[in-house]
Amino acid sequence: MMDTRHDRLVEDLAGRLEPVRPLPRPSLRAALWIGAAVVIGTLLASKLAMIGLEHRTGRADLWLAAAGGALTAITAAYAAFATSVPGRSPAWALLPVPAAALWIGASGLGCLRAWVAPPLDLSEAHEPVSCFSFLVCVSVPLSLLIVAMLRRACPLRPNLTAALAGLAVAGAAATLLVPFHPAEATASDLLVHAVVVVGVIGLNALAGGRLLSKAPA
Amino acid sequence: MAASFALGTGGFPPVGRAFRPAALESARGEARAGSGMALEGELASLMAAAQRGDAASYRALLRACLPVIAGFARAQGVRGDAVDDVVQDTLMTLHAARASYDPARPFMPWLRAITQRRAIDRLRRAARRPQEVFDPLSYEAEVDPLPAPGAGIEARERGAALARAVAALPEGQRQAVEHLGLRELSLDETAALTGRSKNALKVNLHRALKALRASLTPGGE
Repeated sequence: MMDTRHDRLVEDLAGRLEPVRPLPRPSLRAALWIGAAVVIGTLLASKLAMIGLEHRTGRADLWLAAAGGALTAITAAYAAFATSVPGRSPAWALLPVPAAALWIGASGLGCLRAWVAPPLDLSEAHEPVSCFSFLVCVSVPLSLLIVAMLRRACPLRPNLTAALAGLAVAGAAATLLVPFHPAEATASDLLVHAVVVVGVIGLNALAGGRLLSKAPA
Repeated sequence: MAASFALGTGGFPPVGRAFRPAALESARGEARAGSGMALEGELASLMAAAQRGDAASYRALLRACLPVIAGFARAQGVRGDAVDDVVQDTLMTLHAARASYDPARPFMPWLRAITQRRAIDRLRRAARRPQEVFDPLSYEAEVDPLPAPGAGIEARERGAALARAVAALPEGQRQAVEHLGLRELSLDETAALTGRSKNALKVNLHRALKALRASLTPGGE
């Protein structure tokens, strides 16, 4: 009887088979997504004044934080696409950990220096950009794009993959914010960034996990 | 290695032109001998053909995968009928995820990963459902809501004794008991039905109850 049940399903699946194109390698898919983030950054650069870059180019922690954020975005994106393919090791999820540590550490260092030395006051030199809305506005399209790309694969651990996607989005958004950030990172700035980053990762893990799941009902 | 146990139970049905039973049969033999490489290659090529839309290859692939999936599920700890459920879940996931298979990579790890995940899902669902627990004390202390064995016999005997006692009453008393006591008709209705006066019915009922009490009380007869 069970053989009959399996035979019926096999016939059903074979009957509605359609050609599919094998997905590109995770590295290529991650590169495509990073490319989309770069395009968004270029568009923003053409619209907004890069005031942060103009005034803070000499700060090492700024470049460290930017490099950490970018590396986090790249490695987390690769890890997300790698874990979305069955048979790939879930240990890929550890790939973005060093970059994330650098990113968070350098951001914290900037905050610490702001306590020791008085930060530059650039409030009169430009129209302040709201970090919060910037991060959210950049995160939303990047999140939608990466979830849509991941849905084409088959993440067997959808929550893990979605959390990695959220980390990639958060890293990319924070990196894109650096050139446009009007002032030194203060504790409140960092708190806002942290809230948005955690929110982006959490929302991706929650919503993305459901969206990415392909478990039969 | 995973293919070796799987192939022991699996039969490969006749398939279309893209499928080569002889080649796959030879792959079965090699797999039994401990080499799954030929089977791996066959399944990978069938899957690549399925990705191109070859339904015959796809059908052959899925049928060849049935025992393999069942073996993976059992290795994961799934037992009984749940193995067939995991096979079904895995086949559906395989279908939905077939674009994620990279023809340049081995097929078995891809299939094993899907099966293991579906097996874990099934085991988790089973763990959330209430299960039978071995608890002899609770079993012994459980109160059976149904009547005890033999309880109906006594009731039936009492009913039969009452029926016999009523039948033995004089005609007037029997009518009073049947209509007023058992059918719960009113005095007027019973009077109209029997043609007796209400006072006579009252007296007959009183005497009938007295007679029944005497005949049904133990030692009264």
